[in-house]
Amino acid sequence: MTLLLQQLVLGVLLGGLYGLAAAGLSLVFGVLKVLNVAHGELIMVGGYAAFWLATLGGVDPFLALAAVVPLAALLGLVLYGSLFGFVVRFGEETRIKNSLLVGFGLALTLHALAVRLWTADERSIPTGYGGRAVALGGVVVPAGRLLSLAVAFALIALAHAFLARTRWGHAIRATAEDWEAASLQGIDVRRAYLLAFAIGTGLAGAAGCLVAVGYSVSPAIGLEWTLKALIVVVLAGLGSLFGTFVGGLVLGVAEAASALVFGGAYREVVGLLLFFCVLLTRPQGLFGKA
Amino acid sequence: MTGPRPAGRPRRAAALTLLGLAAVGLLPIAVHRDDVLNLAFLFLLSVALAESWNVLAGLAGQVNLGHAAFFGLGALVARTLWIAGIPIAAAMAAGTAVAAAAGLVLGVAAFRLRGAYFAIGTLALAEVLRLYVGNVLPEISTLPAAAIAGYRLTARLYAALALALATVAVVDALARTRLGLGMQAVREDESAAEAAGVGTLAVKLQAVAISTGLAGLAGGVFGYYHISYYPQHPFSPAWTFDALLITFIGGVGTVHGPVLGALFYVVLKEWVAVRWVDFHLLIFGILFMAIVLLLPGGIVEAAGRLRRLAGRAAE
Repeated sequence: MTLLLQQLVLGVLLGGLYGLAAAGLSLVFGVLKVLNVAHGELIMVGGYAAFWLATLGGVDPFLALAAVVPLAALLGLVLYGSLFGFVVRFGEETRIKNSLLVGFGLALTLHALAVRLWTADERSIPTGYGGRAVALGGVVVPAGRLLSLAVAFALIALAHAFLARTRWGHAIRATAEDWEAASLQGIDVRRAYLLAFAIGTGLAGAAGCLVAVGYSVSPAIGLEWTLKALIVVVLAGLGSLFGTFVGGLVLGVAEAASALVFGGAYREVVGLLLFFCVLLTRPQGLFGKA
Repeated sequence: MTGPRPAGRPRRAAALTLLGLAAVGLLPIAVHRDDVLNLAFLFLLSVALAESWNVLAGLAGQVNLGHAAFFGLGALVARTLWIAGIPIAAAMAAGTAVAAAAGLVLGVAAFRLRGAYFAIGTLALAEVLRLYVGNVLPEISTLPAAAIAGYRLTARLYAALALALATVAVVDALARTRLGLGMQAVREDESAAEAAGVGTLAVKLQAVAISTGLAGLAGGVFGYYHISYYPQHPFSPAWTFDALLITFIGGVGTVHGPVLGALFYVVLKEWVAVRWVDFHLLIFGILFMAIVLLLPGGIVEAAGRLRRLAGRAAE
């Protein structure tokens, strides 16, 4: 029983990161109708940025967020200007297809670049409190990961508040709803795209920092995180960042439970099964609009 | 993946392509260097991998980001059965069937819906299989001693030649038959195709079965070729990327484009690898994005433009 609880707690802690990883992807997909399959590579780059700040500058990874998130958003502006800004000029079907192709090329490029810059080794950031744990009954909760979960939730709440409360947030949501109508209302759709894309990459950068604290970073994690984020997006549906966060928790818990029941080798398979179930029964996702 | 594709002279181009490929079969008579023959094998395998991807993406307009899943399944099944004593042709046929079945299962689930579901599903399938195979079969797969003693490179080369010819012939046939025209109608406008009486779901499912089956067959040839490799290796996303890159370099949706693309890619990759170790992925990643955004028709489109320019200059 304790073992089960322990696994579920670890699943929730990891699931929060899945939710954060998927939030940026979901926002970009919902607003730009562009599916950036290099999202996981952006998480990987964010993780290395935090790793650099920690090893070269001695910066605490949670403080590093303050630098990494703006830098990641800036990288988003560059990527939008050089790649995805061209893709959004197409009609919807072509836009998705071309974004998949460009994203796949970008993923391979960033992966190759990361191998050159940082080698293929796994890295993680040691912190003074990372090894500490909070004991609840027989269940051990690692302090670093617990803090990560709280930060992930806070960032999602922040992004949600921005979208719900501010003028530019409204513009982004209107563009997601119907870009032509938004454009007729005088909303600068291109700027809404740019802003949404930058927020998406900023969230990826944040997820990267948290991954580097509680888990590890290597050039190969990009595709794995893209995969988790994609499954969460399909699972949760579009339109609600909190829904995406809950979708991440569901995936994390499902993985932990399956690893416990069927063994670690099947851990990755559960995401694929969830994907199939959602496709066959509720393609708009758990929290998406029909 | 947009805009008109150059019509050119498709029949003659396809015939010339098949002839050119068949000429590779004469290579072992003229050249006795293993490195050249290995490169020729790689070229032929790349042709097959790219053409098989081209069936689904180029003709039917459906993006598959996990082509390696089907290549890897074909390799795994064919290799396992062959080592267990089943004749190689039957083993390859079994690998082809398993890969096509996997493609169909994914297609049945994803093709009822439009959008990115199929692309996400293929990406997920490839990555899950890669991790799973890596966990379950971590040991390197090596041929039994008897098979190594009887190993002939030319036999592998001819297997790859037959494979490449078959894939090009399939794409050429599809470009003209009713099924292939239905695929192209789905690619251009799915709603219009449906309205015009094309059974779009059936067409997409046939396209995915042909495409993933051919990828599985290519995997079988890969499993037949290598003396030893890690079973996880053919599931690597690099194979998917090879298929995408070669198809786009040459010209997506054309019959001869992927053959030109494979020639260009294999030669350039060798050339780059000799000079800058491990740099080729970086270069090809950037090249791929540039082609998708700036020259989506690849070499074939560029050649068509040049021809039109030359024609105008001559007038």
